[in-house]
This record gives sequence, structure tokens and C-alpha cells, in this order.
Amino acid sequence: MTGPGRSAIVVGAGIVGAACARELARAGMAVTVLDAAFAGSGTTAAGMGHLVAMDDSPEQLALTALSVRLWHELRPTLGSSVEFDPCGTIWVAERDEHMSAVREKAEAYHEQGLACEILSPARLAALEPNLRVGLAGGMLVQGDAVLYPPGATLALLDDARAHGAIVRERSTVDEISAHAVRAGDVTMDADVIVNAAGARAAELTPGLPIVPRKGHLAITDRAPGFVRHQLVELGYLASAHQMTSESVAFNVQPRVTGQVLVGSSRELIGWDPGTNRGLLRRMLDRAVSFMPALARLSVLRTWTGFRPATPDKLPLIGRWEPVDGLWIAAGHEGLGITTSLGTARLLCDLVLGRATPFDATPFAPVRVLSSAVATQ
Amino acid sequence: MNASAPSRIAPAQVTIVVDGQERRVPADVTVAVALLGLGVRAFRTSVHGEPRAPLCGMGICYECRVDIDGVADRRACLVPVVDGLLVRTAESPE
Amino acid sequence: MNGPALEALAVDVAVVGAGPAGIAAAAVIAETGRRVVVLDEAMNVGGQIWRHRRGTPAPAAARGWLRRLERSGATILSETSVVDVRDDVDTGRFAITAERGVSPSLVNATTIVLATGARERFIPFPGWTLPGVVGVGGAQALLKSGLDVAGRRVVIVGSGPLLLPVAASLAAAGAHVVRVSEQATSRAVRRFAIGLWRRPGALAQAARYRAGFRSTPYVMGEWVAAARGDGRVQEVTITDGRREHTIACDLLCAAYGLVPNTRLPRLVGCDVRDGAVVVDEHQRTSHPRAYSVGETTGIGGVDLALAEGELAATHIIGRPAGASLRRRRASLHSMATGMNTAFALRGELRAVVTPDTVVCRCEDVRCGALRADWTIRQAKLYTRVGMGPCQGRVCGTALEFLNGWPADSVRVPAEPALLSTILAEAATVAASPRYQGASR
Repeated sequence: MTGPGRSAIVVGAGIVGAACARELARAGMAVTVLDAAFAGSGTTAAGMGHLVAMDDSPEQLALTALSVRLWHELRPTLGSSVEFDPCGTIWVAERDEHMSAVREKAEAYHEQGLACEILSPARLAALEPNLRVGLAGGMLVQGDAVLYPPGATLALLDDARAHGAIVRERSTVDEISAHAVRAGDVTMDADVIVNAAGARAAELTPGLPIVPRKGHLAITDRAPGFVRHQLVELGYLASAHQMTSESVAFNVQPRVTGQVLVGSSRELIGWDPGTNRGLLRRMLDRAVSFMPALARLSVLRTWTGFRPATPDKLPLIGRWEPVDGLWIAAGHEGLGITTSLGTARLLCDLVLGRATPFDATPFAPVRVLSSAVATQ
Repeated sequence: MNASAPSRIAPAQVTIVVDGQERRVPADVTVAVALLGLGVRAFRTSVHGEPRAPLCGMGICYECRVDIDGVADRRACLVPVVDGLLVRTAESPE
Repeated sequence: MNGPALEALAVDVAVVGAGPAGIAAAAVIAETGRRVVVLDEAMNVGGQIWRHRRGTPAPAAARGWLRRLERSGATILSETSVVDVRDDVDTGRFAITAERGVSPSLVNATTIVLATGARERFIPFPGWTLPGVVGVGGAQALLKSGLDVAGRRVVIVGSGPLLLPVAASLAAAGAHVVRVSEQATSRAVRRFAIGLWRRPGALAQAARYRAGFRSTPYVMGEWVAAARGDGRVQEVTITDGRREHTIACDLLCAAYGLVPNTRLPRLVGCDVRDGAVVVDEHQRTSHPRAYSVGETTGIGGVDLALAEGELAATHIIGRPAGASLRRRRASLHSMATGMNTAFALRGELRAVVTPDTVVCRCEDVRCGALRADWTIRQAKLYTRVGMGPCQGRVCGTALEFLNGWPADSVRVPAEPALLSTILAEAATVAASPRYQGASR
């Protein structure tokens, strides 16, 4: 049994761990956060920072919609270093067949209380003049936003600290056991242990079906006004679906600095962080095919990151039965920034035995257990 | 040969357009040197709005960035002046 | 896809950098008939020390080598920045993506010679971002590019032998050089000068330079504390740790020594130690088909650069290096080591910054925003320091000195480049090239 006044250790100070730590600390638990490097140094550091309602599945839409709402509630408390920009998302339809799917999409969003507007080609061009002529239209989701993930992570941790949490960086957790973690030769006990170690979560909890899904990003020099909304092609979900091959999708974001962030790519290549030049070029080429003027922007940097991917595209949020006291909050693929808040809310509800805002069973780690047992 | 030509040949010059104004500058210099010679102080402004001008003189520091012929962020210390070049600095009235 | 027309050049050897080291390597290799291309960012060959405008005579010391280069048949690609080098292990060739103006420039080569030279070490001080504050080599570069300094009031502050020729050049060009300040102690400088007894030519040259600004105080053991002015530099405060004095000036040349440009070698995967590319006695890097020569392998001056360029070339063309060439390189190398020891930077330079002093000029990050217990990666993520167009070449070098933060890893692009350039793929076909032996 857990409740206020009990202790928790969160392993991983990425945005998901930070959000969980904040939520648990606010609920009155004595929280310690451990990170092998520094806050936000893993997948969080590499991510775009898109706060997006995404409807790959009803569960995903529920979790992202809740999360976006929570981000907007949090917004007044966020300082300028979080760079919260309510720019919205435009889902771009390359061809007419994409537009026929848009109507269904808009309905699903409306059911979740998310405002959206179907865009004709003319309206799309007016909103984003640098998109090429000849696109079929799109869908604007006004409530989506963009922020700077490291800034947001630090803000969440600051709030956790304000509620008594302790953050220990450069503390590598070697082992998680029943109600305990071991970092080097130091063992710490807690009522609740949360594995929020992202792409490396399976190293601490064997059997978690989380694998690294590598992505590339590029950022340009300042070009204020070049793009005004986060732009994602409607084919993005097809790319996110491919668990085996390399794929790219058009995904471009404005940063408050005026720089343009260009993504996205996916590949399964283990942990090799090196630049895959061919895939990088495919990604940039796809982006230019939607926004030709991108070709004339100056690229300052490219980098890679590893999304924590699960086979069913849903994160693992909940108790991990095989180890007493262990809870999982990991496997968010490309939605960790957005769903960090929704994850933290669900996790805290589950830990405290409160009702969750919606059925959390689809996220329950128990769903992978039979196959996990088989692999052990 | 013109009988009244000067005995000393004047250094060659070209005309470039700086922030909308035509200016005569030496023909064989970089845009950075030309702008410095014209008294330009703010090639660009920093993130917080302070004037910035060449520092390293050799293409490393990116402080000498100006608009050249419509292309933004060209390093002025690496670009030679040519007749008719269009330059916009942070001192541009627009 | 849309984009400017691509040109691809297949050669035997690509030389990156047209300073003395690159010129020597390229000339010696191309003279054998091998296909050589030299890529350099500047408008004209010569690098920094042999910088000269097209149409004006090159420095006397350079003329022989420049003539050799011109006659050698090497292709020169000026105004060309190398953005990426990809090693194609299947074909055993490097695919080099470069940018010239707004167009990609593609080269593929079996062997690459990295002669990317050095840049200055800027150490921040209050007011260093004022217009009119330039580097020491920076002033030299601007002067050689035609800057008119007649009548300017100039103060030069920094470290190392470079102060002398720069002061002399500025004075010869009509500037009023008010003071030259060397941060090393007079004892260290004297010891270095005495150590030059084996090279009377170097001492005589130093004396000649000094004579060029003889009426200017050349003072050891002092450094810049702050610069001030309204929209441009108008005065500088110099300190020796005990006393300060303020000098009116309208051009302040302030930089402390040189550091090798290792970003491209690191992208290629070459080992780097103490900030310089590691090479063997043939100037080969840790990558078997990549050589490095000149300041990139360690600050050592023009004669060492030439010797290293020749050494690499002789190895590439399969000739045994002459004993005298190897001896020359060894003795110049030891002199360089002595120089770097003599002019080591004093710790007081770290105490000049205030929390308000800008450290990252590109992103306007002030010193106070950084915590010394961060790693460089942490600082980058939390403040954007080093994430601007200079890619950390200015602030990263400063922070290495100020906080002991080592350089981060390098990814494409090695220099900011148009997205269209990064899209341009260099094929590594080893088939017969479309090769033109002419310079441009």
C-alpha cells in the first residue's frame, strides 16, 4: 500500500522521470530522482519538443489529448527558458487521398475536445506560405504547441524540488530489485521505484520490450517567420508504424529563436549514434519536397537520438508485477515530451490507488508479461 | 594614350550598394574591409540587440554576417567586392 | 530534386587548406602528375601567414612555393568550404561535400591531406564584443585584405610571437600603435628568445619586427581587463595583476595565441590529443588515408608547416623522405614546443570575466548563465552556448580555457552549409575523372 508520506525513487531524470517526480512529490511522497548523467540528457535532449495530440490509436489520442490539456494548465507557471509556443500543428495532406482521411481525424479530435480546422489548399498556403504549391490541404490543431525539452525538464524538476524531491545527477543505477535500487555500492530503499529510464529502461528491467528507434534531426540558422506552425505530413503515422525498415516523414518546427528544426527519420540500428548520411539526405529531401525554400536555409547542426519504442506503439505505465514496488513509466517512442504529463498523472493515480481519468489498462505493463517471461 | 592622363594611376574602385546607398570602395578588398572603411559599425546585431562587427577576420567567428545579393548571413570577410554588389547590414534603415 | 547544378571532381589527393602546409603538399604531389585538388575558404591561396590579395605580390617567402603550386597542375578551388567528408569503405575513397557560394562542390579522392591551419584563442573580457575589437591575427587578416588603418589608435594585447609582425605591419600601414602587451612574463619570453640561439635568422627577424614599432612600449606580464565604448571600442584597460591603466584606442587587437582547427579532422575520425591532430613521422593521422600537416598538428609556424607538407607529400607519392627534411622537421618541432611552453597562458586570464561578460557571441550567452560544474554538453543544452554558427570555435575554445571543458564531438556539417549543399551527394566512383588541371 502506498500513500502520502511514503517514499519513491525515480530512475531517469528525462522529461518523463521529471514529470513523474513532480507528480509524486506533489502528492506528498518523499521523492529521489537519479540520473546517470544530467537532467534531460537522454532522449529528451534529442527530441523536437512537439506537444501534439496524435491519433494513431484511441488510447494514444486519449493520452496525448490529456497531456496537451495538462501542458496548457501548467503553462502560466513556465518560465521563458521553457520556450512554450502555442503555435499549433498543421497536418499536411500531400495528396487528395490524405484529405479523405482528414475528416475522420477531425471527428476523433473533436470527440476529445480538441479544436481543429480542416484546411483547403488556399487556406493552407495562407497559413504557411513556404509550403509548396499543389498540396491537397491539411488540418490545423490549434491547441498543439512546441517547447524546449531541456528547459521543460528543468522546470518540472524545479517544481519537484519545491515539493521536497531530491535530484542526484551523475548517479548510475546498476540494479533495481524489490523496493530498492543499487547505484555502485550504495543501495537505496523506497516504497515505490519508477523505471523512467527511457530507451535504456530494459537494461534495468529485463523483459521490457523497449528498443531504441533512432532518429535524425537538423536545425537551421535563424529564419524568423519561415514556418509558423509545427508541420507534420499525414503520412507521418505510416513512418512511425514501420518497425523494421528505415523511414522518413516530413516534420518541421519553428523554434522561438527563429531557427527551423527539420525531421524526421526512423531506423532500428541498435545504439550506433553515428550519422546515417543517406537517411539524413532522404529526410532533408522529403522536407524540401514539401517546403522548397528550406533548401536555401543554412544548416548549423545535425544530431541523432533514440526513441524508446514498444511493439504496440503505446508506453508502459503501471506496476511491474515481477518486482515488488517497481513501476514503469517508459516506452514513449516519439511522444515522450507530450505525454510526460499524462504519464505522470496516470502513474501517480495508479500508485495512490486513485481513479484514472480514463482506462489505463492499455498502458499496463502486465500486457507484455507473458512474452517477457518467455524471453527471460 | 590620353596626353593628360595623371602620372600616378589611382587605385581601382568599384561601386557597391550598402543599405540602399551607392558607395565607391577599393576594387580588391573583401566586403568586410569595404564596410569597415565606410565606417559601418553594426554588421549585425546580437540576440539581445547589440551591434557586432568583424572579430576574427578569417571566417571563423561569424560576426561579420551581412546580406549579400539577397542571400542572408554571408561572411563578409570571405566575399570579394564586385561592381554592383548589394549589401545590407544591421544599420540598414529598413 | 531542385537545386543548383552539381560538379564532381575525382582526384587522387584532396588537400583541405591552402596555407603553406597545404601548398607544399599539393605542389609536391601534383608535380608527379597525380591529380590534386586544393580546397580553401578564402578568396586566394596563402592561408593566414601568406595572405595576399589577388593581383598584389605575395610575400617574398611565399613566391617560390606559389610558383611551384601554379606550375604543378593542381586544381585550386577557392572560396570553397568543406562541409562533409564521408569515407566510403567499399570504394576506398573519400566523398567530400564542399560549398562554394551557394552551390555544392563535390570531390572524391583516395587520400585527403588536412591542412586546416589554426585560429586564434579569444578569451572573453568585459567589452570584447564592441565593434573595433578584433583578434591579433584578425587585425593582420583585415590589414592584408586591404583595411586602411592610417591614423587609427591601436592597442595590441595577447600572447606569442605573432604580436610582433602584427604590430610592425600595423605601424607600417600608418597606424599609431600605442601599446603592445604580452601576457607571458618577461622571464619566460627572455628564456624563449635565448633558446632561439640555434636559429639566428628567427632572432634577427624578431628584432626587425620590433624595430618596426620601436617607439611603442612592448610590455610583458600584462593583459586586458576590459574594453569600453559607446557602440564601438574607445578605451581599453590593461592590467598586470596589481595596477591597471586605461588607454584610449579605436582598434583593439586582443587574442591569446593560436589553436589548431581540428573540427574537420575530428569529423573524419582522426585522433586528436591536447587539441592537435595526432600524426606519425609521415604526417599520417589515425586514419590510414588521411594525412595532416601544418598548424593543425600543432602550432609551429611556417617553416615547420612547409616541412610537414613536404613530408606528407613524399610519403603519399611513395618516395622516401630525405634525412635533411626529417631533421628539419624535428628541430622545428622542438622549437615549436618551446614556444608553446614559454607562452603558456596565465591563470589570471580566467579572472577577467564577470557574470555579465558574453561568452557565446553567437547566442549571446553570458558567463553568469554557465555553471562550472556542468559538462559542455549540459551547458549547450541548458543555455545554447556553442550552438550557433561558429559551432563553438570561439566560445568552445574560451570555455576549454576558462572551465576546462573539452571539445564536444563533431557531426556533419563541419561548417554551416545550405541545406541544398548537404543534400548533394558526392559519388565515390573511382572511374576516369572529368579533371581540369587549371587553377581558378
